[in-house]
Amino acid sequence: MADVAVHHDASHNAHGSSSGISNVKLGMWLFLGSECLLFGGLISTYMLYRGRVSQGPTPSQVFDVPFTSVSSFVLLMSSLTMVLAVSSAAKKDDRGTTLWLSVTALLGATFVGGQVYEFTAFKSEGLGFGTSLFGSSFYTLTGFHGVHVTVGIIMLMAMVGIVQRGEFPGSKAETIEMIGLYWHFVDIVWIVIFTLIYLIPV
Amino acid sequence: MDRHLYSHLSDSGLVMTTTQAHSPETGHGMSNAGYVRIALILGIITALEVSTYYVKFGPLFLPALLIMMSIKFVMVVSYFMHLKFDNKLFSMMFYAGLILAIGVYSAALATFKFFLS
Repeated sequence: MADVAVHHDASHNAHGSSSGISNVKLGMWLFLGSECLLFGGLISTYMLYRGRVSQGPTPSQVFDVPFTSVSSFVLLMSSLTMVLAVSSAAKKDDRGTTLWLSVTALLGATFVGGQVYEFTAFKSEGLGFGTSLFGSSFYTLTGFHGVHVTVGIIMLMAMVGIVQRGEFPGSKAETIEMIGLYWHFVDIVWIVIFTLIYLIPV
Repeated sequence: MDRHLYSHLSDSGLVMTTTQAHSPETGHGMSNAGYVRIALILGIITALEVSTYYVKFGPLFLPALLIMMSIKFVMVVSYFMHLKFDNKLFSMMFYAGLILAIGVYSAALATFKFFLS
């Protein structure tokens, strides 16, 4: 009987799923699993081509590890602020949710700003998209990641607006949790990129 | 029928009840202080990673970096993404994609003799 009661409650909160599992969350994890394949392809392509420099600068000539370390730390800390936003949303604390979502978006924007600065610096040092296979694979990989972060920032800002207006169809906490999962995924992809691309020399 | 399916999944650990997954006291199994502690550990590991750029670690350089990267990855996925506290089915979905990606692209890199260079 108790099982039935919990079942009913879980189903109600999980968009009508009869198994008690949220379909939205299941779909999100499936999407993230498929994203592993996308970024796996981009990372392995870079690993294959990073030493292929027919002209232009090599990775060790352009990479600024101290600068990238700071931006990596900023993105890592944005994961903390994101999880605090999810926690606030679960407690129905709209003020805390808005605050932490905004801080996360700000940290994400700082990271993207750093990436734009890095790309500009690399370009001025002679590394264009078509300069070498290293350049093409590097810009494709980090560019794709940057686009993912930018999409995350747009979702965060949209969510801030929605929370402030107070009009939200469905479960607000679950939607913020889904944005959080996406944001953390972007962070773990960068954890891999930072180590494999920046810290391990060619 | 749905009730039997649910009971079966619940017994096998594939289904976590709402109460288990979203405890009001702990949010998703951790307090905010717990999240800050995790972030602190992640920050320290990142500092150790960056130190390998300045300090010579010899033959331990590559394994140390890969281990630290893996620890950070698993910590974010387990604690910040709540996979440790959530339904095991979500872990299966994600890690299946991850393991598939690692397998496929390791094989692809091996065909180009990447690991021999």
